[in-house]
Amino acid sequence: MTAELGLLALIIAFCTAVVLGIVPLYGSIRRHTTCIAVARPAVWVQLVFVAIAYGCLTYAFLDNDFSVSYVANNSNSKLPLLYKISGVWAAHEGSLLLWVLILSGWTGAVTIFSRTVPDDMIAKVLGVMGLISVGFLSFILFTSNPFSRQFPPVTEGRDLNPLLQDPGLAIHPPMLYLGYVGFSVVFAFAIAALITGRLDMAWARWSRPWTTTAWSFLTLGIALGSWWAYYELGWGGWWFWDPVENASFMPWLMGTALIHTLAATEKRGVFKAWTVLLAVFTFSLSLLGTFLVRSGVLTSVHAFASDPERGLFILIFLVIVVGGSLTLYAWRAPSIRSVPGFNPVSRESALLINNVLLVTTTATVLLGTLYPLFIDALGLGKISVGPPYFNSIFVPLTVPLVVAMGFGALCRWKKDTFARLRGDLGMLLLASLLAGGICPLAMDHYSLAAASAGTLGCWAMFTAIRGLWIRATPGRRWQGLARTPRAYWGMTLAHSGIGIFVIGVAFTTIYSTEKDLSMAPGERFSVGRYEYQFDGVQNLSGPNYVAQTGTVIISRDGRLIARLSPEKRRYLVQQMPMTEAGIQAGFWGDFYASLGERLDDRGRWAVRVQYKAFIRWIWLGALLMAAGGLLAASDRRYRTVARAPVREPAAQTTPILSG
Amino acid sequence: MRSDRFAFRSAAVAVVLLCGAGIAPPSVHAVMEPLKFESSSQESRYKALIAELRCLVCQNQNLADSNAELARDLRLLTYNMILSGSSDKDIVQFMVSRYGDFVLYRPPFKPSTALLWLAPLLFMAGGFFVLFRIFRWRKNIRPLDVPPDQRAKVRKLLQDDNSA
Repeated sequence: MTAELGLLALIIAFCTAVVLGIVPLYGSIRRHTTCIAVARPAVWVQLVFVAIAYGCLTYAFLDNDFSVSYVANNSNSKLPLLYKISGVWAAHEGSLLLWVLILSGWTGAVTIFSRTVPDDMIAKVLGVMGLISVGFLSFILFTSNPFSRQFPPVTEGRDLNPLLQDPGLAIHPPMLYLGYVGFSVVFAFAIAALITGRLDMAWARWSRPWTTTAWSFLTLGIALGSWWAYYELGWGGWWFWDPVENASFMPWLMGTALIHTLAATEKRGVFKAWTVLLAVFTFSLSLLGTFLVRSGVLTSVHAFASDPERGLFILIFLVIVVGGSLTLYAWRAPSIRSVPGFNPVSRESALLINNVLLVTTTATVLLGTLYPLFIDALGLGKISVGPPYFNSIFVPLTVPLVVAMGFGALCRWKKDTFARLRGDLGMLLLASLLAGGICPLAMDHYSLAAASAGTLGCWAMFTAIRGLWIRATPGRRWQGLARTPRAYWGMTLAHSGIGIFVIGVAFTTIYSTEKDLSMAPGERFSVGRYEYQFDGVQNLSGPNYVAQTGTVIISRDGRLIARLSPEKRRYLVQQMPMTEAGIQAGFWGDFYASLGERLDDRGRWAVRVQYKAFIRWIWLGALLMAAGGLLAASDRRYRTVARAPVREPAAQTTPILSG
Repeated sequence: MRSDRFAFRSAAVAVVLLCGAGIAPPSVHAVMEPLKFESSSQESRYKALIAELRCLVCQNQNLADSNAELARDLRLLTYNMILSGSSDKDIVQFMVSRYGDFVLYRPPFKPSTALLWLAPLLFMAGGFFVLFRIFRWRKNIRPLDVPPDQRAKVRKLLQDDNSA
């Protein structure tokens, strides 16, 4: 009964979305207030019914209703509660339902937080989001119904994929989708602005907090995925340039470019046309990501060709979204004028360099991800494009990006001179060189690459902090800091996060050690300064798996440092072997052990021990970026705009219009 | 044709693996055989090679990370070739002659991959070309007359904004 109720709710939501996608848009163009007034209630009706449908599917999981095929394929009565809840988004149908739930949630959030935006504008924004909902709801209803029943019903489910039975991966998809789908708000604002032809600074201001919030969630989602891969896949890698990872990374890169041009558009009224285009591309890349992951095209072009229904649907949807937006853009772009000029030495220029590099990187990741598919489809053979390719392109593009970032953080808008910047830049460069050069001395061998990366990371942090310090107005620094808007603090935090991330990546790559050992119980082995002792393997059993747990004791100069318990699990239903790494996390590095094969009858095992230097810095950097983004999005100027009384503008605001 | 037969067999193995594991990456656990090397340079060469060679029957894993039977064989082959004195180039060439370019995670530069390798340069060159055009054009722009009503509107929006 619940499943049918859920399907019914989904159909009602679909009909509401159709109304939302047509009536307010019509009303706003024809200036019909009644039609415009439909928008907000329709949003809430849609949200409520999608939530009911989602609740029904969750209930079916909790209730072990294995007559629903989706539940039967992704759950089991012995599955722990947390994974029954997260099992809802474990596979195709349910994750799409989550997509739509989050989309409806974002739409609802727009009605709450955009009260300052004029009604006809908001009607268009909500209408565009309604149209996106129509696309996804019809995708679910026509190709991927999560509520379909199977006859005869089975008595026990096939269990959740053991890879997904993990708290990190349980919250990874919702975070990622919050980011992906959040870009739909920015997209909707861009389309609404294109329809009205009013691409003004107000539009940029309305879009900014949404972009930054979505970007922050995407950052968190990607970081969670990377962290999960690190401890769950069992060999300590944190990024694989897998197409699925690239699918989430491309909107992130494009979104990063968008955040920066939006800043320029809002503050200075420049790059309007380009910003709109970036907004369209960012959301299109989110859709492309969904298409790539969901269509099966990544596994093989032929898999897509043999079961094209779902893939074709998203592909057509993608073509409509991209094609429609670009047509609208081509129609409106000639009338978009970005008036103010700027010097080659200015923050605008630094942001343009940022954009050239980020867009080049995005395009390269896209090309590398799709290239094997094209080559295969053209019959030119099969090739692989993997980490060696991406790293060799990504690193040379990222280094100048971070250099330009430090420059941009110190530059003034519109017009600056090297003469003014020289003192600051020279001092900061010297400090970064010094700090970066000293860092590797603390490690077990000196590496020039580590010193360079250290310099780059310090440059990112020092320039960000220096920028904040200058911004805090001379004289009363501390009061100035307290009065500095959250947006600026957010930027400082995020840029420092980049610095920490750079150092983390470089030091992990350079200073991590790994050793494969063959160890009998009680045997000791020295790697570098550390001594590893293997204490054998015990059999344990979990709720839905049996495990062999080894014990590895790490000591240095006879002092106990860590006691690791790497595990090999066998999940009973799917008979799938899994490795759980034993990890002792530390600020300066992790001790990491994984259990291999049993080598003989006397309890000798293959054990891989690793020291992952600075690995936490990678995720710490990402956390800082996300925190910075959220802080910036919560800046009070985004909220108080309309309510504040009009006062005589200060003299320095005029150049923004006339400069 | 030997390579065709292999391609067919590996495809069949892949299908079986994928069906068995429900399209998720197949059996996931770290792979390790404690191997003895004559020198540390041999060991680092071995690690670099198995990281850049692809496991042909897996969804997307290199030899180092894969637990498949084939990956194990190829690791052992790499190990033996290194010990018997083959250079990295020999080993890669041998793998390519057996399995084609698909085995390489670093695609070789040739006509069909020229675009892949050159595109980033082209993208960037194009980007910077546009950038310099913009710089030259922007410098000469004069301020524009903004209608008073719009000016007031923007002031209203900006009044709370004290950041530069």
